[in-house]
Amino acid sequence: MTAEIGHLALALALALAILGALLPQLGAARRDPALIAAAVPLTIGQFVLVLISFLALTWAYVVSDFSLAVVASNSHTEKPMLYKLSGVWGNHEGSLLLWALILTFFAALVALLGRNLPARFRARVLAVESMIAVGFLLFLLLTSNPFERLSPPAVEGMGLNPLLQDPGLAFHPPFLYLGYVGFSVAFAFAIAALQEGRVDAAWARWVRPWTLVAWVFLTIGIALGSWWAYYELGWGGFWFWDPVENASFMPWLVGTALLHSAIVVEKRDAMKSWTVLLAIIAFSFSLLGTFLVRSGVLTSVHAFATDPARGVFILGFLALVVGGSLTLYALRAETLTPGGLFEPISREGALVLNNVVLATAAATVLLGTLYPLLLDVFTGAKGTVGPPYFHAVFIPLMTPLFVALGVAPFLNWKRADLKSVLSRLWIAAVVALIAIAVAAYLTWGGPVLALLGVAVGAWMIGAVVTDLMSRLRQGGRWMRLPRAQWGMSAAHIGVGILVLGITGATAWNRESLEVMRIGDSLTIGPYTVRLENVTPTAGANYTAVRGVMVVSDKDRPVMTLYPESRTYATPPMTTTEAAIRPTAVGDIYAVIGEESKGGWAVRLYLKPLQYWIWIGAGLMALGGALSLSDRRYRIGAPARRKGAAHAA
Amino acid sequence: MRLKSLLPLLVFVALAAVLWIGLGLKPREVPTVMIGRAVPEFDLPPLDAKTQGLASATLRAPGVKIVNVFASWCVPCRVEHPQLSALKNIPGIMLYGINYKDNVADARAFLDSLGDPFAAIGYDRGGRVSIDWGVYGVPETYVIDGSGKIVYRHVGPISDDDLNDKFKPLIDRLREGA
Repeated sequence: MTAEIGHLALALALALAILGALLPQLGAARRDPALIAAAVPLTIGQFVLVLISFLALTWAYVVSDFSLAVVASNSHTEKPMLYKLSGVWGNHEGSLLLWALILTFFAALVALLGRNLPARFRARVLAVESMIAVGFLLFLLLTSNPFERLSPPAVEGMGLNPLLQDPGLAFHPPFLYLGYVGFSVAFAFAIAALQEGRVDAAWARWVRPWTLVAWVFLTIGIALGSWWAYYELGWGGFWFWDPVENASFMPWLVGTALLHSAIVVEKRDAMKSWTVLLAIIAFSFSLLGTFLVRSGVLTSVHAFATDPARGVFILGFLALVVGGSLTLYALRAETLTPGGLFEPISREGALVLNNVVLATAAATVLLGTLYPLLLDVFTGAKGTVGPPYFHAVFIPLMTPLFVALGVAPFLNWKRADLKSVLSRLWIAAVVALIAIAVAAYLTWGGPVLALLGVAVGAWMIGAVVTDLMSRLRQGGRWMRLPRAQWGMSAAHIGVGILVLGITGATAWNRESLEVMRIGDSLTIGPYTVRLENVTPTAGANYTAVRGVMVVSDKDRPVMTLYPESRTYATPPMTTTEAAIRPTAVGDIYAVIGEESKGGWAVRLYLKPLQYWIWIGAGLMALGGALSLSDRRYRIGAPARRKGAAHAA
Repeated sequence: MRLKSLLPLLVFVALAAVLWIGLGLKPREVPTVMIGRAVPEFDLPPLDAKTQGLASATLRAPGVKIVNVFASWCVPCRVEHPQLSALKNIPGIMLYGINYKDNVADARAFLDSLGDPFAAIGYDRGGRVSIDWGVYGVPETYVIDGSGKIVYRHVGPISDDDLNDKFKPLIDRLREGA
């Protein structure tokens, strides 16, 4: 019964979404206040209905209702409750429902928090959101109905892929989707602005917090996914340039560019049509990501269901949304009059550089991701470019961006004096040189390119700290600095730490693969690792062998590692649970594999600075959140101010 | 309208065209948990009176068996039809079909116009049995060895190259092993 309620709610949500896509647009065109006002209840209604539908599906998972096809295919009675819940979105149908839920949630938030937007403009924004919802709800109902019954019902479920039974991954998709779908708000604002033919500072002030929200979630989502790949897949890597990873990275790159270009629109009334275009592209990449993941046109380690019928639908939807909005852009972009002029050496100039690099990077990732497809389409051959291509392109592309990141906060708007700015940055330059010297001393004979990574990482951190110090000296007390300033500095230091972490973990990675018998020792970096024992063990829905490894630093035991190799029953599958422990030098990463020749296949890695990657990504997200809490955005929302007055 | 504003649209149109072609290309191999496992327990009624039904017992018989999951509404299934007929003609091979979410009249018309290569066709109207097999979409083809274990799964239409480079060597190997 609950499943039928969920199905019905989904169908009703579609009806509201169709009305919500049409009526407010009509109202905006005819300047009919009643139709314009209808946008808000229609939007909130969609959210409530999709929420009901989502809860109905969740309930089916909680009670293991195997009369539903998706539950039978993806769940199992013996699964821990957390994974029954995460199983809701651990499959195609459920993840689309989650997507629709988040989409309507954001739209409802715009409806509720956007009271200070001009009514007509808000109606148009909400209509665009509803239009996207129509697409996704139709997709769900026509090709991917999560409430499809199975007759006769299955006695037991097939179980969730054990690789996905992991806390890191349980929360990875929701964060990723919050990011993807969050860009739909910026997209809707861009379309509404094109329709109204107006982009100004106020527009940028509305768009920025929404973009920032999406960006923060996407950053967390990508980091969680990378973290999961690092400890669960047992390959010791954290980024594989896999199509599915790239699918989330492209909107991130464009979203980062949008975040910065919107500043120029807000402060200087320039780069307007470019910013609108970025807002369109950021969301287009989110949709493209969905297409690439769901259609099976590209191979990926993330084995999702491939279904050409679904691919055709998404491609058609993509053509409609992206093609339509880019046509609108082609027709209306020129009505957006360019504003403030600036010299190449200026804050605007630096932000232009930021945008050019990030957009080029996104295009590069797109090319690399689609390369196998292009090759197949034009030559019929199979092949991929793989990490070497991305490394070869990203290092020269990103280096100038990272150098400029240190300089940009010192530059004045309109016109800046580069010489005097650089003279203030001598400390950062010294920091970078010291970092090179220390790194070269510690890793003599290592890759030379790693020193470049160390230099730019240290340069960024040094420059951001210098900027903060000088602002503190000027501004007096540190509490006076706006939170946006702290946010920017934190995020930029995060980038520096991230670059150092990536450099360390990739350039100085040590790796050792041996068959070890009990009692054998292996040396990695400064550590000796001894396999003490291998014992059988069991969890709720798996059995495992667990290795006991003692790590010693010059004969002094420092820690014990317990890597596991787990065998799940439903579905039958073996996963590795790497034992990872941070040390002063870096992560020690141990994997135990199959038994062979009287011993066990053991892989050991020493990954210097690996955990800096997570710290860096965390700081970036934190910086975004700090900036979001800045007074400037709260002042823009009278609804909140009213609430505060009540509280006082 | 200046070219500059039109450019993003043009790029997108080119991209969409490539993606559209990409959709028609062979879907790649998708890993399955079923490899190495016994065929699932099932018993499907025949498609109609002209053919026989299919049950797991049939697939446990000695010899190499191939099960093709197809539907009349599936265009790639038409594409792979010549290759299926070629598979059928390899001596000692039994080719079976599972008709997936189809209606009987359409499926019969499909077989009558192209020819019926299958020794028996189970009719999986609701797709229930195909879920047990782990079918992602049609067409899919499974190779089953003499002991009734699934040894290979092919997603998407079987091309001529697939037939010669994948199916034939595998069948030869299975025969030698048996």
